[in-house]
Amino acid sequence: MTVTGAPAWAVAPAAAALLALAFAGAVVDGALGGGARARSGGRWTRPLVETARLLRQRGRRTVAADGLLWRVGVAGPLVVALLMVVVVPVGGTVVADLPVGVVWFNAMDVSLWAVAWLAGWGPNSVGPLVGGYRFVAQALGYELPLMFALTAPAVAAASLDLGDVVAAQRGLWFAVWMPVAFAVFLASVAAFSMWGPFRAPVGADLAGGVLAEASGADRLLLLAGRYALLAAGAAVGAALFLGGGAGPWLPGWAWSLLKTVALLVVLVAVRRRLPVVRPQRVVRLGWLVALPAVLLQLLVVALVVVWKG
Amino acid sequence: MVPTVLFWLFAVVAVGSAVAVFRVDSMARATYALALSFVAVGASLLLLNLAYLGVVTILMMVMEMAVMAVFMIMFMMNPAGLMPMSMLHNQRAALVLSGGVFAALAAGALLVEWPERRGTVPDDPTRAAGDAVMGSKMLVMMGIGAVLFTTVVAALVLAAARSRYDRGPAGERP
Amino acid sequence: MTLELFLLLAAALFAVGLYGALSQQSVVMVMMGLEVMVAGVIVAAAAFWYFLAPDRPDGQVLVLVVVSAMTVEMAMGFAVVTLLFRASDADTTDAAAELRR
Repeated sequence: MTVTGAPAWAVAPAAAALLALAFAGAVVDGALGGGARARSGGRWTRPLVETARLLRQRGRRTVAADGLLWRVGVAGPLVVALLMVVVVPVGGTVVADLPVGVVWFNAMDVSLWAVAWLAGWGPNSVGPLVGGYRFVAQALGYELPLMFALTAPAVAAASLDLGDVVAAQRGLWFAVWMPVAFAVFLASVAAFSMWGPFRAPVGADLAGGVLAEASGADRLLLLAGRYALLAAGAAVGAALFLGGGAGPWLPGWAWSLLKTVALLVVLVAVRRRLPVVRPQRVVRLGWLVALPAVLLQLLVVALVVVWKG
Repeated sequence: MVPTVLFWLFAVVAVGSAVAVFRVDSMARATYALALSFVAVGASLLLLNLAYLGVVTILMMVMEMAVMAVFMIMFMMNPAGLMPMSMLHNQRAALVLSGGVFAALAAGALLVEWPERRGTVPDDPTRAAGDAVMGSKMLVMMGIGAVLFTTVVAALVLAAARSRYDRGPAGERP
Repeated sequence: MTLELFLLLAAALFAVGLYGALSQQSVVMVMMGLEVMVAGVIVAAAAFWYFLAPDRPDGQVLVLVVVSAMTVEMAMGFAVVTLLFRASDADTTDAAAELRR
């Protein structure tokens, strides 16, 4: 299966699909979450109710806020998630047929450093500021392992093009023989979405951290951005490690979607199953455990590639 | 036509936000203005078929600026620009000198007879760069590797407060 | 798009960075100026590769070298600033004048 680029208007359905996936993630999260803290409505309708509530909520203002940078930080996660998915092949098509899709994804997740920090800096308030710094500290821990985890499929496929990476998995998914890289990748997706064990930047001990001062539509954008990042990470993961649109009976796009949804559900489900890891421990884990492990994984992949010629 | 318009867009953004770096009061804004300038520089590399180098420039520089912002806030007296103050010296000389340098460089760019273009752009410039790095230019990259490793060690030695077993302020952990 | 246009962009970036590096007092701001200057060098190197000798990869390798030089500059700069600040509470170039001796 070869991957071809789509016309420019394809960015609109891609954005719609991303938002739908993000919403589905929120619904799954509401359904899985405990019912004790439900404000109103049933478990399945909770995201809808919350969206309506936030859209009507009056915006909160803080003293001497940096409005411009705050806006950038608030809109950033959603925009970055969209920029990530445009290079992901869905079945046989991709919105932007970039020859260096893997590096592009990496650049986008690095720009989350800036975006999350700005969302914390903007409101001029201590909780968000500490949250922003926590994100950067965590990012120093997970970024290097993530980079090498992304390198492994690229080395195996001998290409930085996500379409070529998908094509190289004909026969055997990379997730099967690169389990360490796959695990590190999933953990990093959770980390850059401030999710699960890596939710310290939005931790309850900071009254919500980066989210603390955001209200109304701003808060909605940030929350939607987190789910969209999870969905974008799942989409990239499906292409990098789970063979993209390859599969029997169903058409390619259906397989891409199915794998993405499966990964998304896994990511969403871990949220309340694991405790929050403190940022300094994330850095230690990243540098002392994940980095050596993923380097060994990369060595194995490189040896296999050389051996197979 | 489209590349020319894009070039002018990127050029104006790159130079404009580079100027903004030294004009705004808020250090956070200065840092991210520089990040924007670098994003425009990376985008202009994309116009030259340098997909890999352009994206890598954006990646590196956004990361660098995110770290830079932490240091800027840490070391500057007025990080948020809420109390504007001048942190400049010999401004006039700097202005004259940089104006002169620009004039000289621009004159050189416009007046020099540039040679004819040799060869054509390869189909995949990324592959060409990769082949060079792993082949004819390998020595350069090995040199860079050694320099980067030395930098890591030297920066840690300079910046670490006391010894390698320090994990924070005195008394926190023996 | 011509070589001259790209070189003018590079010259403008270089000059802006030079102004910043010369006129700013804070060491960190001086480093920002240096970064802008190096950005100009990146543009010029890429333009020379594309417009003069695209058949050889030398220009691309030069860009890689320049980007690495930039990271070295950042890392060493921050290390020296941290050291200076710890040693003598100095965060401006004027306050660190004893380095001249």
